[in-house]
Amino acid sequence: MAISLNINGKDISIDADPQMPLLWAIREKAGLNGTKFGCGIAQCGACMVIVDGAAVRSCNTPVASAVGKAIRTIEGISENNDHPVQVAWQELTVPQCGYCQSGQIMSAVALLERTPNPSDTEIDKSMAGNICRCGTYPRIRAAIHQAAEASKD
Amino acid sequence: MKFTRRNFLKVSATAAGGLVIGFHMPSKAQAEGLASSTEINAWLSIDADNIVSIATPQTEMGQGAFTAVPMMVAEELDVPWENVRHVFADANRHVNNGDLYTTTMTGGSMTVSRRHPYIMQAGASARERLRQAAATRWNVSLDQVVAKQGMLSAGDKQGTYGEFAADAAAVTLEEEPKIKPYGDWWLLGTDVKRLDVALKTNGTAVFPIDVEVPGMVYAAVAACPVPEGKLVSFDFDAIKDMPGVIQAVELKQTKDTPSFTDLRSAVAVVAESWYQAKNALSAMPIVWDFGRGASISYESQTAEALSLLAGTGTVLRDEEGNPGKGIDKGVNQDDVPGLLEAATKLVVGEVYSRPFEAHATMMPPAAVADVKEDRVDIWTFTQDIGRSLHEVADQLGRDTANVHLHQTYLGGGFGGGFNMDVHRQAAAISAAIGKPVKVIRSREEDIAGDSQRPPVWGTYKAALGEDGLPTALMTHFVGEEKMPNFARSSVANMPYLVPNLRHELSIIQNHVPIGYHRAPGANSNGFIIEQMVDELAQAGDWDPLEWRLKLTEGNEPWQRVLLAMKEKSGWTTDMGKGEGMGLAVVESHGTVAGCVATVSVSRRGQIYVDRLQYFLNSGYVINPLNAIEQAESSAIWELSHAMFGGLDLRDGRFVNTNFDSYPMLRMPDTPPVIEVELVNSEDQWWGGLGEPAGPPTPPAIANAIFYATGTRVRTTPFTKAAL
Repeated sequence: MAISLNINGKDISIDADPQMPLLWAIREKAGLNGTKFGCGIAQCGACMVIVDGAAVRSCNTPVASAVGKAIRTIEGISENNDHPVQVAWQELTVPQCGYCQSGQIMSAVALLERTPNPSDTEIDKSMAGNICRCGTYPRIRAAIHQAAEASKD
Repeated sequence: MKFTRRNFLKVSATAAGGLVIGFHMPSKAQAEGLASSTEINAWLSIDADNIVSIATPQTEMGQGAFTAVPMMVAEELDVPWENVRHVFADANRHVNNGDLYTTTMTGGSMTVSRRHPYIMQAGASARERLRQAAATRWNVSLDQVVAKQGMLSAGDKQGTYGEFAADAAAVTLEEEPKIKPYGDWWLLGTDVKRLDVALKTNGTAVFPIDVEVPGMVYAAVAACPVPEGKLVSFDFDAIKDMPGVIQAVELKQTKDTPSFTDLRSAVAVVAESWYQAKNALSAMPIVWDFGRGASISYESQTAEALSLLAGTGTVLRDEEGNPGKGIDKGVNQDDVPGLLEAATKLVVGEVYSRPFEAHATMMPPAAVADVKEDRVDIWTFTQDIGRSLHEVADQLGRDTANVHLHQTYLGGGFGGGFNMDVHRQAAAISAAIGKPVKVIRSREEDIAGDSQRPPVWGTYKAALGEDGLPTALMTHFVGEEKMPNFARSSVANMPYLVPNLRHELSIIQNHVPIGYHRAPGANSNGFIIEQMVDELAQAGDWDPLEWRLKLTEGNEPWQRVLLAMKEKSGWTTDMGKGEGMGLAVVESHGTVAGCVATVSVSRRGQIYVDRLQYFLNSGYVINPLNAIEQAESSAIWELSHAMFGGLDLRDGRFVNTNFDSYPMLRMPDTPPVIEVELVNSEDQWWGGLGEPAGPPTPPAIANAIFYATGTRVRTTPFTKAAL
C-alpha cells in the first residue's frame, strides 16, 4: 500500500507493507543507505534514526508507526558533514570500520538535543544501546563532550 | 601488459555500475586531471595537477590499510600528503596479471609489518623514474636531480612530478633503488589521520550491503543450523504466495567433505525486498540432515579435553616447524616428566579454558552479484579480494578474466572475511535467477554459521628450585583439528627462560568451521600462560613483574616493555581489599604487548575494570596515532570477550546467535581509562599492530581479580565466574 513518510524534511511516498520495518523502508524504498542493519532485534543500534526528536531503532519499528512524524537519518543532520557531532567524530578519528557509526552519531545527536551538556553517566546511559565491535567507545565518549563544548560557542 | 590510467578508470567506472567508490569525490577540475593522469606503476599514477592516486590492494576494515599503504608509497615518492588520493586496487587486474600486487590477503597485522618492503619499493621506484626522466629532458646527470615534495629540480631548472609523469612511465631503471631506512623518514612515524574517517561520519562509506545494481532483488539464506549438515528438502509451495516472493534456490555443496573453499549446503529465498525474503524463509518448511555434529556440544568437547589433559600429548619440537624461541636446541624436553616426578616443590595447575567466539562483525555478511553471460560483477565481504575473485570464478565455472570483484569498505573483518562463502552464495543465486541479487545474512545466520574462534583448554606442571624459580615446566594444551596451530601461538614462543621446558598438544575434532579471529591463538593461550606465570611467581614467592623480568633477561624487546610497566604503571600487588592490579605480557604478530589492569570487585562479585594501561613494542611504527587506535580497538575486542563473550554449543548448534544472548561490551562497561604507550625498540624489526593489545587483556584482568579477591578465574566470560 502507499505510505507517506517525511524523511529529512522531505515528503516521500512509498509502496510498502505497513508492517515493514522502517529500516528497510529507509534503505530499500527511500534509497538512503547510511542507516544500517545490524541485528534485527533492537539490540545493537546500527539502525538508529531520530523520530520526532527521539532516538529510535528502525529495525523493529513498523513503517506505519512513523507516518506523520519527522524522521531524521544520518543523511539529514547536515549538508556538509559539519554537524558538531560529525566534526568532533572527525577530529577525534572515532570511526574505524565505520559500520555502526551512523547509529552512534544519531544516538549522540538525540542525546545532545535533549541534554546539551551531558555527564559521563548520562553519555553511558544514552549510548548503551549502540554496539561497536571496533571498540571506539572511549573516543565516542570524548567526542560527545567535545561536540557539547563546540555547541556552546 | 600496459594499462593507462584512463583505461583503468573506465573499467572501474563501468564495473561499479555507475557507483563512485573512493575517499575523495573529485571536483570537476580534479576529475579532468585524473582522466589525464599517468600511471607510473600499478601502485600509483600522477595527474597534470600533481595529484597522486595510490592504489591499495589490502582491505579497509577499520584498521587503517587505506591510509598506511598510501603513506608508505608517499614516503618514498616524496609528495605532499595533501596531494595524495586513495583508490581501490583492481582485483581483476591483480589476479589476471600474475598477482600484480603480490598479495591481496589482509590479516595477521601484516599490511605494514610484512608488506612494507615492496610497497615502499613501488614509491621509491617511481621517484627514481621521475628523476631519470628529468635528467634526460634537462640533459643533466642523474645525481644533480632532486625529487622532493612533488617537485623535481636541478640547479635553476624546476618542474612538477606531473610534468614528467609520462616520460617517467617509459623509463627503465638499470637498478631498483633501496628503500629508506628508519631515521630517513619524513612522513612515516608521524601522526596521520586515517583518510576514510569523514566518509564514515555522514553515511556515505559504501559497504557490500549498500551496493545497488539496477533490477536487483534480495535474498535471505539458511544453511543447516548444525554446521556441516545438509539440506534434504524444502517446501517452496508453502510460501510462494507470500508478498514479494520470487523464487527459492538450492545452494549445493560441491565437495564431499566440507571445505573453506566451497559453497555450504543451504537454501535461499529471493524476494522483492530483503524483509519479504527473510519472512518467507522463516516460514518455509526445511528438512535438514544434521550429520555428525548433532551429538557434539561444548560440554562434550570439554569432557573430551579434560580426559586428554589427564594423559600425554604430542611434544612440540623444533623439527616439526615449531618456531618457538622457548624450545630452542639445548632446552631439555625429554627429561621434563622425570624432573617433575622428582621435584621437591611441584606446582600443578588447574585446567584453564576459553570458549568458542564468533566474529559478529557489525555488518552481517552480505554480497551483491550480477552474473551475466559474458561478465560477472561482485561486491562482497572479504579480506582477500583476489582469493574471493578466484572463488567466484570457481563457483560459476568462469574465466577469472571475466570476473570483476569490486572493493568496498568492510563493516568489520577481524578474520571473518576469509573462510566465508557469501560471495559464492550471491554468485550462485544470481546465476540461477538471471538477475542481480543482494544477499544479506541475518545476524542469527551469521553467528550460527560463522567460522568460529575455536575453544582451547590448557594446564601445566612445574618444579621450583630453591630460589623459587621453575627448574622444569610442562604445559599441555588441547586444540582443534582444523587449525591446530592456534593452540601453539604464544605457547611455543613463550620467552621465559626455563631450563627444562616441554610443551604438549592434544587435538580434538568437531564439525564447527574455524577461522582467523583477531589473534585467535594468542588471545586464548595468553590467557592461560600469563595466569600460569602469576601462579608460579606466587608459589615461588616472587613478585610477578620481577619474575617476568628475571626470566626474560637479555630479551631486549620484553625487558623494554616490562621496565616501562615497572616505572610507569604504579605497579603494586597490594591495593587493599576489593581492589587489585594485574599484569600480563604476550608477544604476538611480532609485537610485545604488556597490559596492566586495575579492577575493583564489589561484595556481590561485580567486576569493574577501572583502568587499562598498555605498553607496546613493535620495533617500528609508521603512524603512532593509528597504532594507538588499533591498540584501543584490539584491547576492547578481548575485553568484550573476557567480560561477556562465549558461544554455547548444544546438540551441534550454537544457541546464542544474536546480541541478546551473545552480549558484547557496551559504553557503560568501557573502562574510564585506557592508556596506550608505544615503547618501541626502533631496531631492525617490525611488528604488527592490529591485534597484539588484545591477548594480554583478559589475563591481566584475571590476575588483578586474583589480587582483589583471592579467587582465580580460569575461564571466560568473567561475568559467569563465581567470586
